Amino acid sequence: MAVDSLEKAVVNPATPPAPPARRVKRRKRGVSGWLVLALVAGVGLLMLFPFWIAVVNAFKPAPDYIANGPVSLPTELDFSALVDFWGGVDFNRKLLNSVVISGSVAVIAVALSLLSAFAIGIGRIRGRVWILALFMLAFTIPQEALVYPLFVLTRDLGLYDTTTGVVIILSVLQSAFGTYMLSSVLGTFPPEVLEAARLDGATRFQVLRLVVLPLTRPTMAVLMTFFFIWTWNDFFLPLVLLPSADNQTVSVALGALSGQYTSDPTALAAASLAGILPALLFFLLFQRTLMRGVNLGAVK
Amino acid sequence: MSSTDTAPSRTASAGTAMRTTAPRRAREGTSERRAGYWWYVLPGAIGFLAVVAVPFGMNLWYSLTSFRGVGDPVFIGFDNYRRLLGDPLFWASFRHSVAFIVAMAILPTAIGVVVAAVLFNYISPKFGTKVASVLRATYYLPQILPIAVAGVLWKWMYQPQYGIINTTLRDLGLGGLAQNWLGDSDLAVYAVMNVLVWLQVGYTVVVFMAGLSRVDPALYEAAELDGATWLQQFRAITLNQLRPEIAVVLITTSVAALKVFAPIFVLTRGGPGTSTIVPAYFSFANFFTTNKVGYGAAVASVLALMISVVAVALLRYQTRNSEGFEDGRG
Repeated sequence: MAVDSLEKAVVNPATPPAPPARRVKRRKRGVSGWLVLALVAGVGLLMLFPFWIAVVNAFKPAPDYIANGPVSLPTELDFSALVDFWGGVDFNRKLLNSVVISGSVAVIAVALSLLSAFAIGIGRIRGRVWILALFMLAFTIPQEALVYPLFVLTRDLGLYDTTTGVVIILSVLQSAFGTYMLSSVLGTFPPEVLEAARLDGATRFQVLRLVVLPLTRPTMAVLMTFFFIWTWNDFFLPLVLLPSADNQTVSVALGALSGQYTSDPTALAAASLAGILPALLFFLLFQRTLMRGVNLGAVK
Repeated sequence: MSSTDTAPSRTASAGTAMRTTAPRRAREGTSERRAGYWWYVLPGAIGFLAVVAVPFGMNLWYSLTSFRGVGDPVFIGFDNYRRLLGDPLFWASFRHSVAFIVAMAILPTAIGVVVAAVLFNYISPKFGTKVASVLRATYYLPQILPIAVAGVLWKWMYQPQYGIINTTLRDLGLGGLAQNWLGDSDLAVYAVMNVLVWLQVGYTVVVFMAGLSRVDPALYEAAELDGATWLQQFRAITLNQLRPEIAVVLITTSVAALKVFAPIFVLTRGGPGTSTIVPAYFSFANFFTTNKVGYGAAVASVLALMISVVAVALLRYQTRNSEGFEDGRG
């Protein structure tokens, strides 16, 4: 099973996922090649299986499920389980809540990150190493060690069970990570560009708005995408701080389902599908950004 | 992390009004210029104080008190911590954390390295990068799912009467193997671990594939010329070159495993009994179910301490590693 390394496609880390940069001559794949592919693809199918099985059963009438089990294709398309779930938990409302919260957090957190990172990476303010260490603390600390005081504080300030309270808290927590990432990006910002801007008489804010902002837009797009999806998927703080059904997010609404519907075999499949759909949409929309971002976050 | 050197060209120029470029002002402008940047950290700093620093301080204070959520906390010193050390539930929750470190950090890293190497060094050259990318996306897909959704989905598949796992086993004539996966206190931990591995593998695959793309292809070419087999190349080159990524992934996912909450909440709520309880869920239950706020705060503080230790290890590794990089490249 030797690999011919001459055939190895060169993937440029700056632009993943790399398109086939050059038409590589594919030498013999051989039986072992196909076997390995079958194995890897088989495991891939196993990974996808839960998604598939949710889709199949979400549209299956309950008697069909009981008679033929979960693996078979539905004998007829039945939307009632999905419709029941959608109406039963007022899923439109949860979607709206999630969009509003995730969207606000993404924008506010990126703005906060940019401001702080500008001072740390470009301004190189004194004590920046300590400030970064504190920000890092903010995103490594378990939320359990903050949650009860946050519950008490939001209650006393009238922000408990409000979108505003959750947006503020999540924005700050996520901007800690954003500051950390953006500071290192801005730390390597070409000094000549800043110098030129200053010679042209640009103020600090003009440098930020007219020079730094346009040049870091790709990084900020990655951050914003991640903040949106992280907030969408966030569970713990929204669970505690948004108790009423009218304010719940999609994640919390689904998490609260566990234990219910256990007598109806297709209801949970429908619920899962409703939760999968938006996530799948984001994945298709942002796949490139996501893959680039995972790497951004993992190594330095 | 950002490097700490200051380019001389930048310290030489003054900040705000640069219409008059007098060299004098440029000199004395340095500290004033830096001070001006403090305004930009202010929003983040206020946020940090309000959302992290003050609440964390309050949590520490609660952990030293007897507090049931109503009335005023009563200072009792370190009694909560003393009680913790004798509490079998506390120890059980950390034992389960070890199991979840295996499921979220160790197994996904091991699987991820192999899958990434196969996709990058074997599938990609033989079948094209497109096939490899599609497979990578397939492995990554569970990562985009809200954990609550993944939990509902798996809970439904594990369901003992009509769940797909048991019905399939019965259809295959293996009905004897059918179990109450999440309801059996001996099996529940493994059932949850299985879900976590499924969730995490995609992350490691993506990170390691990106890591492999920066490995110099000449290394593999040389090994090839020396007649090294795929397995030998994997051991000598892939594992070696991916060492920074492996370390970072192991540490970050271990932190995530120590914090794990949502899968436990959705799948088992720590049960049956206390067979899947974890520190995060244990403190949550103390806060909001039994109203033992002081005790829950103590659990959360210990958890925070443990996670900080792991995070500091990560930070040290990263700084050491990046210094090494700079040295290596001159």
